[in-house]
Amino acid sequence: MIQLDRVSKRYSSPGMGSKDALKQVSLTLPAGELTFLTGHSGAGKSTLLKLIMMIERPTAGEILVDGIPLNRVGRSGIPLVRRRIGMVHQNHQLLFDRSVYDNVALPLVIAGFPRADIGKRVRAALDKVGLLSKEKLNPMMLSGGEQQRVGIARAVVNKPPLLLADEPTGNLDPELSAEIMDLFKDFARVGVAVMIATHDLSLIARYSHRLLTLREGHLVADRDETPV
Amino acid sequence: MTTKRPGRNATPLKPKRAAPVTPPRRSSGARAARSAWRDRLESWRLHHRDSARDALLRMRAAPAATAMTVLVIAIALALPAGITVLLENAQAATRGWDGNAHLSVFLKDDVDSDQQRALAATWQARDDVARTQSVTREQALAEFRELSGFGDVLDALPDNPLPPLIMVYPVDAHPDQLAALQSALNAMPEVDLAQLDVLWVQRLHAMIELAGRIVGALTLALALAVVLVVVNTIRLAIESRREEIVVIKLVGGTDGFVRRPFLYTGFWFGLAGGLVSVVLVQIALLWIGSPIDELTALYDSEYSLVGIGFVNVLVLPLFAGLLGLMGAWLAVSRHLNDIDPQLL
Ligand SMILES: Nc1ncnc2c1ncn2[C@@H]1O[C@H](COP(=O)(O)OP(=O)(O)O)[C@@H](O)[C@H]1O
Ligand SMILES: [Mg+2]
Repeated sequence: MIQLDRVSKRYSSPGMGSKDALKQVSLTLPAGELTFLTGHSGAGKSTLLKLIMMIERPTAGEILVDGIPLNRVGRSGIPLVRRRIGMVHQNHQLLFDRSVYDNVALPLVIAGFPRADIGKRVRAALDKVGLLSKEKLNPMMLSGGEQQRVGIARAVVNKPPLLLADEPTGNLDPELSAEIMDLFKDFARVGVAVMIATHDLSLIARYSHRLLTLREGHLVADRDETPV
Repeated sequence: MTTKRPGRNATPLKPKRAAPVTPPRRSSGARAARSAWRDRLESWRLHHRDSARDALLRMRAAPAATAMTVLVIAIALALPAGITVLLENAQAATRGWDGNAHLSVFLKDDVDSDQQRALAATWQARDDVARTQSVTREQALAEFRELSGFGDVLDALPDNPLPPLIMVYPVDAHPDQLAALQSALNAMPEVDLAQLDVLWVQRLHAMIELAGRIVGALTLALALAVVLVVVNTIRLAIESRREEIVVIKLVGGTDGFVRRPFLYTGFWFGLAGGLVSVVLVQIALLWIGSPIDELTALYDSEYSLVGIGFVNVLVLPLFAGLLGLMGAWLAVSRHLNDIDPQLL
């Protein structure tokens, strides 16, 4: 589903020198699997996700998303790549000028789904995250955990083959984090490739999924199915 | 290397689909493809409709700011439009004066009244002459006597001092044609002097032409001002919707999708400004209309004020709408790329 081949990313800003955020990272994420991506703060986790989302471009190396070589995707092709990826952000990236329903519907409206389909799919996604009754509310009126679930509903509403999450449980207590994790597990079970970037080691410890560890931009460990 | 979504944003990539998750709306068969195509068209149309309506709603949500922008655009457009209408009126009014333009051709004293009549008939037959009118020496004397009240003085003179006169009315009152006719007549042996007394008409024509050019330049400058006003308005709108733009880009919105509401906003601002400018010009015309009517009545003229014109009532707002669209386009292409998820 995702393949990285010796991918490096160097941030350079004039006057501030440059920073190698990722160095020669190679990995493969198959479909239907949940993978944790961990590492200290600044290890390059977010950078890795941004490269996959084409928010940033790699300095070197090749990335394949769903068979698409990202190096060959021009500016106008970026939206189509992003439509294959659901992304859950730490700060949700929800829009507070519209209802929960409209937030979740946004990817479908953008992708040009027929209106009749949109209603069905949005309600299915909201039902999945347990927020069907709150579709008319403004996301501002929801708790942090609920907002995060709206973000998840929006990420999966168009059934992308790939789901990325950047610190999705960052602001949540363990109980809510567990709920969110259960959702991700469900998506992996139906065939979605899920990657969760987190530095929350206690969260990871509770699950037995594949674990990728970054340190200073290097992929230092790839642990498979470690028992709890 | 098979599937490729129809329509917008054709990309060079041909994704292989091995995903266990059913991709949205990708079914095989011509009918399905056709209906997908129709869905796409329909949703594109809906997004246009929604963008247009959303742009209007946003304008209504900030009435003071909207009114200000619309008024600025309207005034910028009303100035050249109003002056143009006034110029058209000036041209229409002076067109009647052209019709009276004529040459007074004074003949030599030895031309008798029979010769004069023959001459008048010959000239009338010319292509560039509409008609002629003879004034014999005797008629001229009688007229002068009546008008001047110098009858006694004239009686004291041994001879009639007034020359025979033929008034020549040209077919075309254009200054060049008049001048050509004048020199042709002056060259004739019987003619003492062909006098063209329409210098002021020429000056008026020149002035109207000059004014027209100035209005042209003014129109250009003010159209530019309208575009810049819209650029600035849209720039602020983009700035205030930064988060929304980032989110739309993150979930796969194309540049076109992001651009659309702003383009509509620009178009609406232009259109509204154009409509208001039409109203402003009409109010101004009503306001100056009655003094002009009095004036023309005084001069016994049939002339009455020409309005802005039905065509212009439509054209001006549409033209303004296009200016707005242009401004929005400039603002969007200049500022939209500044807002990128990269800056999260
Ligand atoms: N836009 C950027 N410009 C410059 N440096 C950046 C940028 N984004 C991240 N970095 C740097 O790259 C490194 C990796 O950052 P990041 O991927 O956010 O790490 P993580 O998500 O693991 O905490 C950090 O040292 C960070 O300071
Ligand atoms: Mg991070």
